[in-house]
Amino acid sequence: MKSQHIKVLIVVVALAAIAIIIPNTNSFVILLTTRALAFSILVMSLDILLGYTGLPSLGQAAYLGVGAYLTAILATRYQFGLGYDFWLVVVFGILLAAALAAIFGLLAIRATGVYFLMITLALGQCAWGLAYRWNSLTGGDNGINLRARPKFGIDLANEVTFFYLVFGLFAVSLLLMYTLVRSPFGRSLAGIRERELRMKILGYNTWLHKYIAFIIAGGFGGLAGVLWAHTAGIVSPENVVLTTSVDALLMAVLGGAGTLVGGAIGAFIVFGLREYLSTLVPWWQYALGAVYVLTILYLPTGLMGIPERIRQRRAATGNREDVKKMAPVTS
Amino acid sequence: MNTQFWLTQAFNGISYGALLFLVGSGLSLIFGVMRIVNLSHGSYFLLGGYVALSVIWTTGSWLLAIPVAALTIAAVRVAMERVFLRPLGFDPLRQVLLTVGFAFLFQQAALDIWTGNNFDINPPDALTKSIVVGGLYLPLYRIFMIATALIIGVVLWLAMEKTRMGAAVRATVDDAQMARGVGIDTSRISMLIFALGAFLAALGGVIGGAFLGIYPGLDFEMLPIAFAVVIIGGMGSLGGAAIGALVVGLADNFGKALFPEISYFTLYAPMALILAVKPTGLFGRE
Amino acid sequence: MTITLLRRLGPPLLGSVVALGLTPPANAAEELRIGYVAPTTGIFAQVGKDMVDGFQLYLDDVNSDFGGAKVKFIVEDEQAKPDTAVTRAKKLILQDKVHMLVGGLLASSGYALAPVSTADKTVYVVPVSAADDLTQRDLSKYPYMVRTGWSSSQPSHPFGQWACDQGYKKIAAIGADYAFGYEVIGGFQRAFEACGGQIIQKIWPPLGTKDFGPYIPTISQDADAIFTLMVGPMSLQFPKQLAASGNKKPVIGGGTSYDEFVLPSMGDEVIGHVSALQYSAALETPKNEAFVKKYRAKYGKVPSYYSETNYTTAQMIHEVIKNNRGNFPGAEEFVKQVAALKLDTLRGPVTIDEMRNPVQNIYIKKVEKKKMFGYDKEELWNTVIKTYPNVSQFGQFNKEEFLKTPVYSRDFPPCKFCN
Repeated sequence: MKSQHIKVLIVVVALAAIAIIIPNTNSFVILLTTRALAFSILVMSLDILLGYTGLPSLGQAAYLGVGAYLTAILATRYQFGLGYDFWLVVVFGILLAAALAAIFGLLAIRATGVYFLMITLALGQCAWGLAYRWNSLTGGDNGINLRARPKFGIDLANEVTFFYLVFGLFAVSLLLMYTLVRSPFGRSLAGIRERELRMKILGYNTWLHKYIAFIIAGGFGGLAGVLWAHTAGIVSPENVVLTTSVDALLMAVLGGAGTLVGGAIGAFIVFGLREYLSTLVPWWQYALGAVYVLTILYLPTGLMGIPERIRQRRAATGNREDVKKMAPVTS
Repeated sequence: MNTQFWLTQAFNGISYGALLFLVGSGLSLIFGVMRIVNLSHGSYFLLGGYVALSVIWTTGSWLLAIPVAALTIAAVRVAMERVFLRPLGFDPLRQVLLTVGFAFLFQQAALDIWTGNNFDINPPDALTKSIVVGGLYLPLYRIFMIATALIIGVVLWLAMEKTRMGAAVRATVDDAQMARGVGIDTSRISMLIFALGAFLAALGGVIGGAFLGIYPGLDFEMLPIAFAVVIIGGMGSLGGAAIGALVVGLADNFGKALFPEISYFTLYAPMALILAVKPTGLFGRE
Repeated sequence: MTITLLRRLGPPLLGSVVALGLTPPANAAEELRIGYVAPTTGIFAQVGKDMVDGFQLYLDDVNSDFGGAKVKFIVEDEQAKPDTAVTRAKKLILQDKVHMLVGGLLASSGYALAPVSTADKTVYVVPVSAADDLTQRDLSKYPYMVRTGWSSSQPSHPFGQWACDQGYKKIAAIGADYAFGYEVIGGFQRAFEACGGQIIQKIWPPLGTKDFGPYIPTISQDADAIFTLMVGPMSLQFPKQLAASGNKKPVIGGGTSYDEFVLPSMGDEVIGHVSALQYSAALETPKNEAFVKKYRAKYGKVPSYYSETNYTTAQMIHEVIKNNRGNFPGAEEFVKQVAALKLDTLRGPVTIDEMRNPVQNIYIKKVEKKKMFGYDKEELWNTVIKTYPNVSQFGQFNKEEFLKTPVYSRDFPPCKFCN
């Protein structure tokens, strides 16, 4: 398993690099990175479903929305969550999102493949419809404005401090998810992805496994939502719209489904293109669309899959070399 | 609320459903044949409208715009399928994602070509009037929409049930491998269905354009509704698409009139429930 | 040989270098960096373009020179998403170090950008976002913000009075179901009922509705007139469907229902419809005529109020900078000076009230098909039929009492005469 250790090492080094380099750049880059990190938690949670369990969900934005709206409503209506109770909001956000996933999961988990995609799309749309129309609760189209970031000993209004907080939670989430997928539970998820029938025959309650994975993913989505609400300071139905779920799915595939970190990489690239490139050139939408299309066409395993493909190609040419060395077959 | 109210609302719901049938039937057929969830279907709807606008601006003929727009988009779809989707082989997730990628590209291209102004397709004057039946004002354009949907529906049904080509399509939907075994050229069938699906969507865009307007963002607005039609009615079934369209049209209309607060919820919640109970939709086959 | 050459050329060379260094540069142009936030992609892209074009036209008129300062106009795309607006604003402030933020389209963007301006102590000039409370009950939260456009209910107050004067007694209102709709209709209701009228119905189709089939049949037959507030694609579809349903009642509405942004795509069904706004492209003043002709020649369309308000905003910024001889006087001082302006603009005379919202003419305009400004085609124009001068955001109402009541919402003012 040496390659696994190398991979872990690379990730740790990359994280350390981010933690050290980013705070020394300008505030705008810090803000962008913070946003990418928060959204990455959502994308990675989607990867648990997509990459490890084989369930493509087009409705993860709903959980982001739950976490975000909960944070916003508590902060503006009840002045709750702006001090040490911020951590309570984090817990509530995770629990509420997980609860929603539990409800939605009852409806969704019976389906697989494309049907799963459709039903999660429908459920995501329900969530959007409520956010959009339940004006008295969500402020409808106007959204909810969070006036300030929490202060508890440290002042999160400071971009660098907030960056460290989000970064810390990102790292913790990554670690937890990593532990999950390497655990026996995680391995059975992978088994379900590969051959669900076989797992059933082996006696696994595949429905329960998928259901639990769905709930866990929802919980992480809620965490992402709580952080997301504070990065921009405003929550609106835009956060729960279909294209947000689509974004998450595309980022997961771009980075490489089934690699966890791939999701984060995908998120960083898309955010980089969207937020940064768009300030430089007007044709960034084409660039983004082209990146998606080209990745799906030529890099189905995503960017994280590149080393594997290179290795495969090398192995293939290696085989051919060996064959050539063998004695020629006489006709 | 008197009978007039109910009748008008029912009529409106049916006419909206007629439009949705055009959009949804193509989506349903594509899914039935290719098992592909086409997330750029909304884009075809919108592009159909835009192309029609261009035709109207250059030739002034609304009548001409309809077939030209529909055929152009169908051609675009076939080209897309040939160049991009075929090499992908059969991987539903990748196909879905690819169609999304294209949806984004289409949206940006449309913005660059036609600008982002809100447009309206103006049908010939004759169709903008209303007829009065028993005190009810029935806009002729809505009648036109219903008539078009009926004609298209009947033509499609006849083609499916009575022609050899139709039989081949039905065979492919039911069991592609067997169909190939019997000698049916499934790849040609799928090309035909792709073209047909896009044709119908674009047709919907042209006809709907006078009713909904043509503006950026319409593509992603129509998409979930088209899916609602297909999911409720059942994927791969033409009759299902008709029923689904009717249900969605009426539910949307009455939902908005009677329960405006939760109007979107009244649309998507039944969709989710139906999927939960019967993932293939009411009349879907699996 | 070279050494002697150097020795010979050295002193004069050195001298001229020193001389150049000592003399001040010919143009002491300070750079004025204006950060502009508008949706340049996405479904509101065209509105965003109109906004930017309006501002840019003014810059072109004065050669980007504001009283000696060279204007650097940086446009960022907010995609009509509030959190993107915040990110872009931060980029403009933190990276581009702009002196001021201008723009924002939707109310949600306005509400997103205002706190940013407070947190980063940067001026925020609001040309379009019309959310009432930005310059009413929430004003104290945003000391660096000043509005140069309008507040949603501002045109509705005199319009309500006008409706009474026409003899309307009962009006049914139908408007987009979001804050902007509530504020426009709310203002109208307050004014109309204050002079004896009755709003007998309020219908709220969701924002983005195109099929008004469910709503039109529910419009009460007892109404003397229908008041509509529509935006974007809704403005195009509603009048058509209303006409097709056999409506014979007069139709009046909010300014955005018939603004020049949508008017060119409308048909004869809107002729005779009346609305109220602080601008009409058909305003027959020499200044406006010149503006319309220039704008149309350059951008191929008649300017909408989005373009006008940004042109006027640029003019106001110019005025303040000019008064400071090309220097930016600091955020607080700048806001103070904008608030003290009295200018003659495209929309007429404008001053700013003590709550940092414009006081200006409100035009009651009627859609007519005619030729204007020497164009040879008959087109739809919003002819001004009455002008109410010096209208503030509180209109004919007492400011203190106004602020004591809640902001206009779905349920305020309550529909006393609804059945």
